[in-house]
Amino acid sequence: MSAHNPLRSYVGGFLLSLALTALSFGTVMAGGVRPDLALSAISVLAVAQLVVQLVFFLHLGTAPEQRHNTVIFILTALLITTVVTGSLWVMHNANVNMMPMSPRTSVGD
Amino acid sequence: MIFGKLTLDAIPFDEPIIMGTGAVVALGGLAVLALITYYRKWGYLWSEWITSVDHKRIGVMYFVLALVMLLRGFADAIMMRTQQAIAANDAAGYLPPHHYDQIFTAHGVIMIFFVATPFILGLMNFVTPLQLGARDVAYPFLNSLGFWLSVAGAILVMVSMWVGDFAGTGWVSYPPLAELAYSPTVGVDYYIWSLQISGIGTTLAGVNFIVTIFRMRAPGLTLMKMPVFCWTTLITNILIVAIFPVLTATLALLAADRYLGMHFFTNELGGNAMMYINLIWVWGHPEVYVLILPAFGVFSEVISTFSGKPLFGYKSMVYATSSIGVLSFFVWLHHFFTMGSGANVNAFFGIMTTIISIPTGVKLFNWLFTMYRGRIRFHTSTLWTIGFMVTFAVGGMTGVLLAVPGADFLFHNSLFLVAHFHNVIIGGVVYGSLAGMSFWFPKVFGFTLNEFWGKVSFWCWLVGYWLAFTPLYVLGFMGMTRRMNHYDVPAWHPWLVAAWVGACIVGLGILAIIVQLAVSIRDRNKNRDLTGDPWDARSLEWSTASPVPFYNFAHVPVITSLEQHWDDKESGRAGLAPPDYEDIHMPRNTSAGFVMSVFGFVLCFALVWHMWAVAAICALGVIGTFIARAYDRNTDYTVPAEEVARIETERLALRAQGA
Amino acid sequence: MTVNYQTHMPAAAAHSASHGHDHAHDDGSKTVLGFWIYLMSDCLIFASLFATFGVLGTSAAGGPGARDLFDLPYVAAETALLLISSFTFGLASIALQAGKRDAVATWLMVTFALGLGFIAMEVHEFTHLVEIGAGPDRSAFLSAYFTLVGTHGLHVTAGLVWLAIMIHQLFVFGLDGLTRRRLACLSLFWHFLDLVWICVFTFVYLRGVIV
Repeated sequence: MSAHNPLRSYVGGFLLSLALTALSFGTVMAGGVRPDLALSAISVLAVAQLVVQLVFFLHLGTAPEQRHNTVIFILTALLITTVVTGSLWVMHNANVNMMPMSPRTSVGD
Repeated sequence: MIFGKLTLDAIPFDEPIIMGTGAVVALGGLAVLALITYYRKWGYLWSEWITSVDHKRIGVMYFVLALVMLLRGFADAIMMRTQQAIAANDAAGYLPPHHYDQIFTAHGVIMIFFVATPFILGLMNFVTPLQLGARDVAYPFLNSLGFWLSVAGAILVMVSMWVGDFAGTGWVSYPPLAELAYSPTVGVDYYIWSLQISGIGTTLAGVNFIVTIFRMRAPGLTLMKMPVFCWTTLITNILIVAIFPVLTATLALLAADRYLGMHFFTNELGGNAMMYINLIWVWGHPEVYVLILPAFGVFSEVISTFSGKPLFGYKSMVYATSSIGVLSFFVWLHHFFTMGSGANVNAFFGIMTTIISIPTGVKLFNWLFTMYRGRIRFHTSTLWTIGFMVTFAVGGMTGVLLAVPGADFLFHNSLFLVAHFHNVIIGGVVYGSLAGMSFWFPKVFGFTLNEFWGKVSFWCWLVGYWLAFTPLYVLGFMGMTRRMNHYDVPAWHPWLVAAWVGACIVGLGILAIIVQLAVSIRDRNKNRDLTGDPWDARSLEWSTASPVPFYNFAHVPVITSLEQHWDDKESGRAGLAPPDYEDIHMPRNTSAGFVMSVFGFVLCFALVWHMWAVAAICALGVIGTFIARAYDRNTDYTVPAEEVARIETERLALRAQGA
Repeated sequence: MTVNYQTHMPAAAAHSASHGHDHAHDDGSKTVLGFWIYLMSDCLIFASLFATFGVLGTSAAGGPGARDLFDLPYVAAETALLLISSFTFGLASIALQAGKRDAVATWLMVTFALGLGFIAMEVHEFTHLVEIGAGPDRSAFLSAYFTLVGTHGLHVTAGLVWLAIMIHQLFVFGLDGLTRRRLACLSLFWHFLDLVWICVFTFVYLRGVIV
């Protein structure tokens, strides 16, 4: 879609990103949103903006010239997911089993 | 700011072993320099090797680096075996704990990063473009840079022996021991920077080979027509690009703790040492597959050639290699089953570890089926391959045993573990590298290696390995922990003496390699390979002259079959003189890679010793050299068709002589 | 051994039709593909740092936490600068397609200015945190924060140096093939930095303030 009108691609991507960013910041700064809902919201918004920028700024997609880059990116994303979630899973278990009982040092865990 | 922590006290004048070794190395080094000067070879070395961007030259240099560092790594090994053979009960041995710790750490670091890795990078560099019908790798300059960065890392480790000390933490250097509080000397810093600088080199190679394979195959060479060695190169380099960033990040975090007072892995202020262990093995496990896959590729090439048959099960080889690559990302926790992640986590990773043995089994059966009903020639490379199949199979099986978390609670960090990984690394990576050396040597240098000494080396390595490490399996069951410089269980002693004998026999095997090289060079004129195809082999590299001309192929071949060279021989198309020649476009040599690495080496040394001003200048030097290169628009040249014609005609005449 | 042909310096041979097979000439796509793969490896460095932040992000060791330290309007301003700079780089890319060297240089300079502004704001933020005793040595949380955000900042700084060189090379070499390829790589790099920043402002700043 974007190859034929690059300007539209960049302007569109820019405006969408701006909106998504504003929504993210707004959700948190407005206050009054339940923490877990807020967290889900900003996560979804982040993923959405990543996709927007990948498509509109980096031109990833199924077009023949871009196919390889897209596949490589998807594989990398899978790898990142494996490393990050694997690490979080392992470390959470290790911490629960092995960390000494200590007073809560900060909010969250 | 200039000398940082560096003083003359850094030199261990009070350690006779180190000073003695230093004297020998210094004298040997001076002798080499003197010989080069006497024979006036500095110009030659500079223009043909140091500034070369030719993948064939770089491949040879990687392999030479590996062989040289093998001597240092083995010296560490024999020192440890000797200590353990002596230091039972009242005897303290000759190596105090602090020294022993550095030896086992250096042994592991050197063998993995500066022997095994350069072995495989050397083979992949030389062979892959030739098997693809390409004239070089995708980024010749980065290839040169990557190599010299690796050398910088190796020299940094060597320098640590005489200026300061090395890490005494084991080759993966866990915190909190690796933190400043418990390792206050420069040893761990040497470790960090040598791995960072060589790691960048390896990552560059990774990108290089992936793009080479995807973009530089000869026309008609689809991925499923590539030799298996190229498939293993592809998967290996995808793994490299995927995992070395994790190593870079993890070591950077350790450096941040040590240099900037941060608290990633410290005991205090919220640090969590387990996160290091987790991340380092996310790198560490795929790393061992990086090392073994190219060796598997070598064996595929060797066994099909010397059985006189196409490799059995090409497709399943490709799928098996790819599955090993994917699965290698899902097993890393098996390196720390005992460290408290609990049953669910252990179960998942234990099952995944067991599963990963299956594709390797598929490959083993494919090699066996390749041999079945073949006309087997027992060249040295064949012996290495058969030795590998037997040795590695056992090592793989002990790996599956270790994969059971409950069993691992007994074996973790025992000599059983040590025996297992040496079993697979020696049986796999070392035997594969030596098989590759025997196999491709004539292609590289134009004459064959002496078979007798090759076989002597093989038998010494085979007998030596088994004698050195079988006792360690037994000792593991008997409860002996790894990394002990002294023990007081008398029952362990005889096994360690036997292991020492085995190590000595391996030493003879290494000596045999040196003798083999000397004898082969001496007899080179009698053993010239004039046809380019001394083994009646099957893949494309054997259609070139030996040694290969710098441009590889006068004409880029057009590929229609899985074994193009073999089919050309069968159909009589091989070796025909083509009607005409073309101009060939080649990259120029450059000193930029070498210069950047020299700056890089001094930068790392300066960081180790907190010589901030020197470090800053060298950092600017590295960046500045790279930027200067970016302004160089004259980085390639054209070889006129007449030159190509002259070289090719000469070669065809030689071949006619030899046929 | 083989003869060194460096001494041959003929004028670059015209690319004849028979060079169709010579893949060594096919530099354009090779360069960008290789750079893309490198960028993916850089993503993995950030992945490791994010994973570390995920694990250590709650370990403030009794010291200041995210809620105490993060100034969201300030971060919003940084985000805007970076996002706009991505857009202006896009405008530079469009000018590059059209072969308009001066327009390319102009938009690259605007991008540079915006990026410099981003770095200035970040340096100011870091300096302030160190001054109030919330430096990277205070706790694991702060170590992870400074390293993750700082690594992103170092990448942006490298991008600024690269931008400066490319702007200069535009005037020295014009829009030749090599300059175009390198600008294509820089464009990937610059956009990628904004992608990483999306994850930073979401999972470091916004998340930190929520939980």
